[in-house]
Amino acid sequence: METWLPYFFVGVIGLALLLYVILDGYDLGVGLLLPFAPAAEQDRMVASIGPFWDANETWLVLGVGILLVVFPQAHGIILTSLYLPATLMLIALVLRGIAFDFRIKAGEKHKRTWNALFSLGSLVAALCQGWMLGAYITGLDDSPLSLSFALLIALSLPALYVLLGALWLMGKTRGELPAKALTWARVAWLPMGFALLLISVATPLVSDTIARAWFTFPRALVLLPIPLLTLYCYGWIGAALHGRVQAKPQRIFFMVAAICLLAALGLAYSIWPDIIIGRMRILEAVAAPKSLMFTFVGVVLTLPMILGYTVFIYRIFRGVEVKQAYE
Amino acid sequence: MTDLDPLLLARIQFAANISFHILFPTITIGLCWALVYFRARFTLTGDRDWEHAYHFWVKIFALTFAIGVVSGVTMSFQFGTNWPGFMATAGNIAGPLLGYEILTAFFLEASFLGIMLFGKHLVSNRTHLVASTLVAVGTTASAFWILSLNSWMQTPDGHVVRDGVYYVESWWDVIFNPSFPYRLAHMLVACGLTTSFLLMGVSAWRFLDRIDGPGTLKIFRTGLAAAMLLAPLQALIGDLHGLHTLEYQPAKIAAVEAIWDTEAGVPFTLFALPDPETRSNRLAIEIPYAASLLLTHKVSGEVRGLNEFEDHPPVAPMFWAFRVMVGIGMLMITVSWWLGWRVFARKGVPSLLQLRVVSAMTFSGWIAVLAGWYVTEIGRQPWLVYGEFRVADAVADHGGGMVLSTLVMWLLLYAFVLFWYVMTLRYMAKKPSASLQASAQTYPGLLPREETL
Repeated sequence: METWLPYFFVGVIGLALLLYVILDGYDLGVGLLLPFAPAAEQDRMVASIGPFWDANETWLVLGVGILLVVFPQAHGIILTSLYLPATLMLIALVLRGIAFDFRIKAGEKHKRTWNALFSLGSLVAALCQGWMLGAYITGLDDSPLSLSFALLIALSLPALYVLLGALWLMGKTRGELPAKALTWARVAWLPMGFALLLISVATPLVSDTIARAWFTFPRALVLLPIPLLTLYCYGWIGAALHGRVQAKPQRIFFMVAAICLLAALGLAYSIWPDIIIGRMRILEAVAAPKSLMFTFVGVVLTLPMILGYTVFIYRIFRGVEVKQAYE
Repeated sequence: MTDLDPLLLARIQFAANISFHILFPTITIGLCWALVYFRARFTLTGDRDWEHAYHFWVKIFALTFAIGVVSGVTMSFQFGTNWPGFMATAGNIAGPLLGYEILTAFFLEASFLGIMLFGKHLVSNRTHLVASTLVAVGTTASAFWILSLNSWMQTPDGHVVRDGVYYVESWWDVIFNPSFPYRLAHMLVACGLTTSFLLMGVSAWRFLDRIDGPGTLKIFRTGLAAAMLLAPLQALIGDLHGLHTLEYQPAKIAAVEAIWDTEAGVPFTLFALPDPETRSNRLAIEIPYAASLLLTHKVSGEVRGLNEFEDHPPVAPMFWAFRVMVGIGMLMITVSWWLGWRVFARKGVPSLLQLRVVSAMTFSGWIAVLAGWYVTEIGRQPWLVYGEFRVADAVADHGGGMVLSTLVMWLLLYAFVLFWYVMTLRYMAKKPSASLQASAQTYPGLLPREETL
């Protein structure tokens, strides 16, 4: 059995979920920010994510899909124990997706209701995703300590999404909206830092495995760049948002994405070599080699193409404010 | 119902989710090709009506696509949340097929949809046409993979089972399993038919409300021509599919026709109340020898009855769902040719009565598609992988209460979305089109003058 194959797929799942958090993160963030803008600007905010949100959501399907293909048993365990938050998140995503399209088509009378549903869907989806991430880090444990940890992450993730959404609006809209988005970004920056700190402190507390992984000498030294770089990025973002560093919104956005990447690397290191902490190892219960190989070929052929045309499409829309062109 | 049966509830929940989901891809798979056609006609002829047709229907496409995507995300989770046993057992086969659907179809359609909907003024006409075509290719590729998986569950092939786990022997045999070509053709034509009647139905709403324009007639005629072609074709494919099923899943056909005992010269039952207690039909209205003739193409042909099979699906839902599907199919053939005779051979426009009929049939494709899927999926029971692996062995161990509460949430959500989907289509249909405004002076209305509303 090719032992590198499962690891390759862990990488693909990680990449897909990371891209999901960053990409759907900004469009969920726009949904969270919608209630704070006047009606005229709401249309432009929603329009700015119009061409992208369908594809952004597909990264979640890919992450969950590859998990299903390669680690069917882990997929089963994770999703059965996260049954309720997963269901709530899906319902929220459905509500949000339909509200997105209904709000511009169903006439002015109902627009406010659809806007509210769009924001509510975004909020519930963000909370549930945070909850699931938290529950996953604790190894799907349901002790009160683990549950409060999951709750903590649930409340933190929206802050990240708001920051991403605000930065997106700063870069992709014109007029007064970018200035407004800057204030939103500044507001979101603080709770996001607070959440980062709390999570860093709490994670080793809820999981012995993680505590051992991070606080054993000399491994801790090798790992030191991760928290330090995170701190640097976080500080840099704050400086940029307050005008102490000159930076385009795109750069700040990439810095937030860098924090997400660092967090993902840290998490990957913490969990390694398990697929579910303390319960299942990566090499345990993988799908059959022939199935993995078949999927591997598909991923190697299509993933570069997907990334390629995603970049191509973002470039087409670069520097333009998207209008409701087909309305 | 004091005792909640989690298996039944899980089945109902999955059925509800997948029934709701399939409504929207059925339209997008057909409609995206119609849009490519409208777009190509405009590019070739420069006739603005085709551009307006594109603009009107691309909005409906976007709405339908969005509901398809979000309800599809749901599906990708449900395999794990409700049927972990399926993945643990048949994951080696089901997983990669789903993976290929995501990699080759989902990203393609979702990504290029952005250019299709919002990028018209940012890219060249050709790039936009290519993007629209790629979206259409993506939706069709999606149907390819998911129908391959579904067909494999019906007529499994190309695998071995070791220690209760499925392993692939030949991917070619898995993907192109025996029933796959029939099922794929049947479903793709069903998508085309559903879309044809939707195009005609919504156009008819506009005629009846007198907010039509010459573009509306072009859309109507496109839908009509497609329906005239596809409806008889679908009957032919359906017949071939049925004969094939008789060979591979005889119990399914016995249930469809409510044939309890094996006999020769079997009558075709038009109406009956199949009774599982007495294992016979009550109040049966039959056409002598017709079932034998249909199924074996011989008057005295022998058909195996349900009593020969240890496991067979429930009879009444199969019997009725099949009759609903075929009934709508026959109606579609009749209506499309009745309209076609008048529109293409004589008057050029439909009559008021005809408009009312197709307006009532706007969503008839949906009903036929659902009925057809119920026949094929209920007909698979009690098996998950036909003849090999039971549904009961795959279900997750949630309490009945948990499944029931999420089921209620889903059903409420679906009722809500469906209601607003139809309302929004009505609302959009009632808005005067750009093409009507453009030709307001020269255009007197299409309905014959003597017919009043």
